[in-house]
Amino acid sequence: MNEFLRVAWLVVRKDLRVESRSRELLFTTVFFAISCVLVFSFGFVRGGRAVEGAAAGILWIAVAFSGTLALGRAFERERHHDALRGLLLAPAARPAIYVGKLAGLLLLLAVVEAIVAVMVAFLFQAPLFRFPVRLFALLALGTIGFASVGTLFSAMLVRTRSRAVLLPVLLYPITIPVLIMGVSGTAVLIAPEPDLAMARLWIGLLFFFDAVFLTLALWTFEPVMTE
Amino acid sequence: MTPMNRRLFPVLAGLSLFFFVTAPVIIIRAPYESTMGLVQKIFYFHFPAWMAMFLAIFVLGIASGLYLFRRKPAADRLAVAAAETAVIFGLMGLITGPLWGIKAWGVWWQWDARLTMAVILELILIAYLLLRQYGGAGSDRLAAGIGIFAMANVPFLYVSTEIWRTVHPRTSVVPTLPVDFGIPLWWSFAGFIVLCMALLAARVRLEEQRAALDRLYLAVEED
Repeated sequence: MNEFLRVAWLVVRKDLRVESRSRELLFTTVFFAISCVLVFSFGFVRGGRAVEGAAAGILWIAVAFSGTLALGRAFERERHHDALRGLLLAPAARPAIYVGKLAGLLLLLAVVEAIVAVMVAFLFQAPLFRFPVRLFALLALGTIGFASVGTLFSAMLVRTRSRAVLLPVLLYPITIPVLIMGVSGTAVLIAPEPDLAMARLWIGLLFFFDAVFLTLALWTFEPVMTE
Repeated sequence: MTPMNRRLFPVLAGLSLFFFVTAPVIIIRAPYESTMGLVQKIFYFHFPAWMAMFLAIFVLGIASGLYLFRRKPAADRLAVAAAETAVIFGLMGLITGPLWGIKAWGVWWQWDARLTMAVILELILIAYLLLRQYGGAGSDRLAAGIGIFAMANVPFLYVSTEIWRTVHPRTSVVPTLPVDFGIPLWWSFAGFIVLCMALLAARVRLEEQRAALDRLYLAVEED
């Protein structure tokens, strides 16, 4: 188990080091997320105010869109000089490599979400931070669900043609439950009369989704990535 | 598997032909439903089409798992067949649904739980076929991964859309149907399930022939 975590940590450290040299993923993803929120504001603002209940949807769609962008880029990087092949040839457990890549993406998305959540709260007058712990749980569990499926798909698409378009085509339908749970959970939290029991239900469902899909991803990563 | 499959198809095709020729007679004889009248009879094709789709998705998930972990080429052929069959039955459901909805609810489409789930499942299956079509070499293994995820997604889609909202009649009405409605329903149901299996058998056979053809080409080129 220690060996597993050590390998995962090495992969995370590698990704962080690459990122700290260029900051490419961080800057492009954050900028993309901000543009997403602005584009939505043109669709959902009427007479100077946001349409009621739009905030939760805008938050989650911005996260999903920028997440897809980050997922694609994170593995595009591994294509240069056959880096992914090198990674897979390393004498280490394949699932540990998956966990390392996933953890790196989660760190990146956490930064994106912190910025987007503040932006949505600020621009759409949404009381997002009324229940900070519950909002954090929703965002964390939702992101883990989205990214755990996304990391697997993105990794397996690295070798295929037309991967840029196939990633969203495959990822969005499969992760729609995450989007429904996340948006509904956030919506009941920021509603004028918050429904905490419903929020707890959505958080619980997200937890189950994460458990099932993380297990499945760890289980299928090895055979899917074997040539 | 090949010779059995060859014998299986005519039997299944004959059986489904029998069911589909006799089903209209039985459906006509069934009583009219009190509030919806004639339009309710779509039900006898609508519900079985969805059940056939779920059967095909189940086959897809199991076959994908077998291919991914046991590397059986036959399982991969079954998975493609199941995905295409599921898309066909899903389309049937998606066409008969709005036809019924416009009469029963007055609108073609509602963002109801079942409808949402149906459309998402159809999307997942089409995405699977897109991957197989445009993924290039090696996409069969990736598609197997997607197949497993598609099957695992069904319960989550069910629960999340169910809580989200529901106007669609619950499936729990099915076992409690009066006999007059039940007989045509289960008759059509049997017809659709047998048709689903016949299509699967035919489609698997096509894949087998393709694989055999590829082998022959390779053998000729080697000479």
